[in-house]
Amino acid sequence: MIKVDGLTKRYARNIAVDNISFEVEKGQIVGFLGPNGAGKTTTMRVLTCFLPPTSGRASVAGFDVFDQPIEVKRRIGYLPETPPLYPEMEVKEYVRYVGQLKGVPNSELDAKVNEACERCNVADVKDKLIAKLSKGYRQRVGLASSIIHNPDVLILDEPTAGLDPEQRKETLSLIRGLAGSHTIILSTHILPEVEQTCQRVIIISKGKLVATDTMENLNSRLRGAEMVAVELEPRGGDLAKETVQQRLEQVSGVSRVLFKEARGPRLFFEVESLQGRSIRADLARSIVSADWNLLELHAAGLSLEEIFLQLTGAEKAAPGGSK
Amino acid sequence: MNLVWIICKKELKSYFASPIAYGLMAFFALIFGYFFYAAVAIFVVRGTEMQMMGRSMPMDLNEWVVRPVMMNVSVIGLFIIPMITMRLFAEEKKTGTIELLATCPVTDLQIILGKWLAAVLLYAAILGISAFDLAILFLYGKPDGMPILISYFGLLLQGSCLLAVGAFISNCTRNQIIAGAGTFVVCLLLWVLDWVAAYDTSTTGKIISYLSVTGHFENFAKGVLDSKDVVYYLSLIFLGLFLTTRSMESLRWRA
Ligand SMILES: Nc1ncnc2c1ncn2[C@@H]1O[C@H](COP(=O)(O)OP(=O)(O)O)[C@@H](O)[C@H]1O
Ligand SMILES: [Mg+2]
Repeated sequence: MIKVDGLTKRYARNIAVDNISFEVEKGQIVGFLGPNGAGKTTTMRVLTCFLPPTSGRASVAGFDVFDQPIEVKRRIGYLPETPPLYPEMEVKEYVRYVGQLKGVPNSELDAKVNEACERCNVADVKDKLIAKLSKGYRQRVGLASSIIHNPDVLILDEPTAGLDPEQRKETLSLIRGLAGSHTIILSTHILPEVEQTCQRVIIISKGKLVATDTMENLNSRLRGAEMVAVELEPRGGDLAKETVQQRLEQVSGVSRVLFKEARGPRLFFEVESLQGRSIRADLARSIVSADWNLLELHAAGLSLEEIFLQLTGAEKAAPGGSK
Repeated sequence: MNLVWIICKKELKSYFASPIAYGLMAFFALIFGYFFYAAVAIFVVRGTEMQMMGRSMPMDLNEWVVRPVMMNVSVIGLFIIPMITMRLFAEEKKTGTIELLATCPVTDLQIILGKWLAAVLLYAAILGISAFDLAILFLYGKPDGMPILISYFGLLLQGSCLLAVGAFISNCTRNQIIAGAGTFVVCLLLWVLDWVAAYDTSTTGKIISYLSVTGHFENFAKGVLDSKDVVYYLSLIFLGLFLTTRSMESLRWRA
């Protein structure tokens, strides 16, 4: 449904999004996770055709965001970080206006407005001025207006930012309820929100894609496990890489060994530890004692872990985040 | 076209939801009322003088009241127009609602035309207030109707082109005050250019005064419809709207 390929967005001074690629399948809820300034908003703005990419491509429902923006915009519902509301308008008037802009035919307009307001629990304030609404209501009015045209893809930028815990829970369950009929990308810097809501997660940091995986895989990979990148050169004949891999797997504390690539006689592996184990010393000893050349050995998964720490830290810092 | 009208209606409602529209109308009603009263008073005094001197040729209402008053309106407009256009884009940029318009299946041109049209309609409504005063002339005298219509048409054309310029300036900033002040300065410049013609009769002087917005209104005020003036205003409207589309595009690339 959404395809991002080598997307880069450069502002005057800095690179906000640096060569990221990912895909989102139809019907999924995907969490777009990253600390503040990671480039989440920028990516979403490219996907919604608000900003052109500097390089790379992105397409939504098969339409390129740069070549066919109108087609993309028709199929997207977008809720920016601050809902783009006109305070002088009434709720139903606003939702209706957005519906008209999105191209909902006049004959269906009233029914759609009612439906969207019902689905987002704002039917009770339909006749109120937006200026008079609380923050939670405003968020939901924004949400209602973004689903008015029943879009294929729903892009929500930090839909829970600035809400109190109760409102957060409501908003998240609302979003879960919207899944199924829409493909949803929601960005957040709060890890547990993703755990509660999303099937898949895309993690970015400082503009770079760090990981994209299902929630379960990420959890098991990250609960205290260590990733180590190893570069070595087996001496004494052409040792098959399987032999090397087996030997590495036998080191105590290792859970998984991934062969990455071979460059001439040099082999590159990624080794993952069991939870809570530190394996670098044992790995080095084992390689040296086999009389192979150990060229490099360093912790590789740390950046992901660091980000997770940062994310969980951010959650602790934000008082009263969803449990 | 339908989308242009949808955006236009929403903009008009926004104008009337805030005090701006009413404030401008009240301001214009007062100022116009004053100038109209002054013009009529002069007309009455001069008329009596003429009669006492024994000339019985009736004085022309169009020449003595309508024309000077309409010239005044064309200058009053320079003060009203920045107040109308300053919020057009700057406000949406500041509050972020521009992100809604820019991510809806609407083209830049439709957004710009919708907003500009709303500004033109509001300006027309403000000008319309003066019709109540002018109607008094028809109650007590016999002014010629056609020249009045032509001068209204001229006022609207002049307003439309300054509103297009104002829309462009509002698109260049997210600060309403800067947008308003910038538009005011440009309006004043386009007005003052006309004065050059008074001192400088060379070709340069003629070219400069040709660029003056108010200069082109003089014919309209006399009730003369000259295609040269209409072309001037239409090209300025086109230029203003074109620059606005350019600025919207370039901002997107730089943003
Ligand atoms: N309009 C802009 N001009 C220049 N730099 C920007 C602009 N918007 C965002 N940035 C920069 O791009 C980076 C990514 O920002 P953003 O996409 O807003 O991150 P996030 O939404 O993940 O917090 C930040 O370093 C930010 O300072
Ligand atoms: Mg953001």
